[in-house]
Amino acid sequence: MPLRFLLAAILMCACGHGAWAEGLDAPAGALSCSGCHPASANVQTPAPGIVGRNADDLVASLLAFKNGKTPATVMDRVAKGFTDDEIRAIASWYAARKD
Amino acid sequence: MSKTVRLDRRKFIGTAAASLSMASLSRPALAQGAAGRVVVIGGGFGGATCARMLKRFNPALSVVLVEANRTFTACPFSNLVIAGLRDLKQQEFGYDNLGKTGVEIAFTAATGVDADARRVTLADGATLTYDRLVLSPGVDIRWDGLPGYNEAAAAIMPHAWKAGEQTLLLRRQLEAMDDGGVVVISSPANPFRCPPGPYERASLIAYYLKTKKPKSKLIILDAKDVFSKQRLFQNVWKALYSDMVEWVSLSTGGKVTSVDPAAMTLTTDFSTYKAAVANVIPPQKAGHIAELAGVADRSGWCPIDPVTFESKLRPGIHVVGDASIAGAMPKSAFSANAQAKVCAAAVVTMLANGKPAEPRLINTCYSVVAPDYGITVAGVYKPTNGLLADIDGAGGTSPLDAPADFRAQEARLADGWFNTITAEVFG
Ligand SMILES: Cc1cc2nc3c(=O)[nH]c(=O)nc-3n(C[C@H](O)[C@H](O)[C@H](O)COP(=O)(O)OP(=O)(O)OC[C@H]3O[C@@H](n4cnc5c(N)ncnc54)[C@H](O)[C@@H]3O)c2cc1C
Ligand code: HEC
Repeated sequence: MPLRFLLAAILMCACGHGAWAEGLDAPAGALSCSGCHPASANVQTPAPGIVGRNADDLVASLLAFKNGKTPATVMDRVAKGFTDDEIRAIASWYAARKD
Repeated sequence: MSKTVRLDRRKFIGTAAASLSMASLSRPALAQGAAGRVVVIGGGFGGATCARMLKRFNPALSVVLVEANRTFTACPFSNLVIAGLRDLKQQEFGYDNLGKTGVEIAFTAATGVDADARRVTLADGATLTYDRLVLSPGVDIRWDGLPGYNEAAAAIMPHAWKAGEQTLLLRRQLEAMDDGGVVVISSPANPFRCPPGPYERASLIAYYLKTKKPKSKLIILDAKDVFSKQRLFQNVWKALYSDMVEWVSLSTGGKVTSVDPAAMTLTTDFSTYKAAVANVIPPQKAGHIAELAGVADRSGWCPIDPVTFESKLRPGIHVVGDASIAGAMPKSAFSANAQAKVCAAAVVTMLANGKPAEPRLINTCYSVVAPDYGITVAGVYKPTNGLLADIDGAGGTSPLDAPADFRAQEARLADGWFNTITAEVFG
């Protein structure tokens, strides 16, 4: 089956399977973020939720971490690993997800 | 109650046997339009993540997880248990919720893999065929790696490098020790599970000693001259635990060459140390099933393709987590989880005859060195010349000169990380 049909098939049948059902289309790096940023608000952590947030806001805050404009414990070290294009792709992907 | 729990042994074997005969009659199953079957061996941070993600990425896929134990005991944060700051119960996770996602779980050990026949043998003799196999078996101790150290010795000089009874044994020994005793930790050469782990442990044992047995001392005998987050750890030992912690490096004679559990001694090239409590962290290798599957090389670890995590030795078998040779990525639960997600996406894509995209991966190791003092090392990785390499300019350790509230925030984040990752893996 060609990948885009598989993707389409999975996207169709996966609705209602929770936050990550359509994850196969995740841009490079996006799958690693959920090691720290929880998919659900029920998880106890000081790390902020990023699922379903406005894409432009996510881009702005990631670029500010990357450029050292926002103080951070760890996010500056993470954001420096991504190009601005990669950051935009990851941000729109997270923005389109639902909690 | 999940489907997993009710899946009784005989029924499971029946299903396995039935699909075996069906699969042998109808292979290749994929050509006939079925989504395919993936078997995952090992339900720890890598394997349980991978099984869950495979099913999420393609719910039509048949995913079978083979795991030896019904309860998983997590190593991250187990050093807090040793120091008496946490209960082992908080380390334990079951598989009920994973079972609810449609992953079938066989609670038994995998005892063999026939890579040509694409078949896994289980401890009870049942077999499972697969279109692709994922291994995340973690590490095994090299029982032939340190003279004097064997399974009987581990009951006297615990390694506590697989969490559970060993963790509690080391804790009880510390509790029973007289004030003024000498605790010795032996730390192995690279590579091994959790590079900052021995030093986090040393810090937390020092915390215990400082608060409960202040006349005691802790010596780390090391087979290395440099280690993860070294400056941060050494600063902590100086600032928080003044003269209690002594680190003996490789070049100053720290490499332990043999141990004698009857005499409670550890011998290095230069001298012999007598311990009241000895924590021997021995050399390790990929979990034995990797060797049996033919995916481990002479180093004892498994070379993999950094895009798909497919074995470089046996096509059709993927290896993630501690068992894999992942280049610059350390052997951590964070890495295993990140790798497993990339691997699951690659497997689903490959089963659909697609080409997996080049991934980026992140690792972060939180170490808690006192109750409100956390430190990290992070990295971002991409495939480079057949290995996962650090992306220049990213990652690195927490600053050396951070104020106390920064350290406290990293300790809180460490706790949050544990909650987040275990929720993603087992929740
Ligand atoms: C003291 C200590 C502290 C640590 N702290 C951290 C930390 O703070 N952060 C961090 O990221 N990492 C930490 N780690 C490292 C982390 O525990 C490992 O890197 C992680 O568990 C690796 O995941 P894995 O899937 O490769 O193996 P594991 O999680 O060990 O899972 C392997 C599973 O496979 C099963 N298995 C093996 N062989 C078979 C077989 N033949 N059949 C069936 N089942 C089988 C085992 O029962 C086990 O459940 C720490 C480790 C230690 C020892
Ligand atoms: C090691 C844990 C960790 C990883 C991995 C991680 N983050 Fe973060 N993230 C944090 C923490 C902690 C903060 C808060 C700032 C700080 O202390 O660094 C944060 C903050 C953020 C913020 C700001 C949100 C807000 O409300 O202010 C965004 C956006 C973000 N992260 C996105 C990402 C993306 C995208 C990824 C994956 C590419 C990622 N993070 C990976 C830990 C992590």
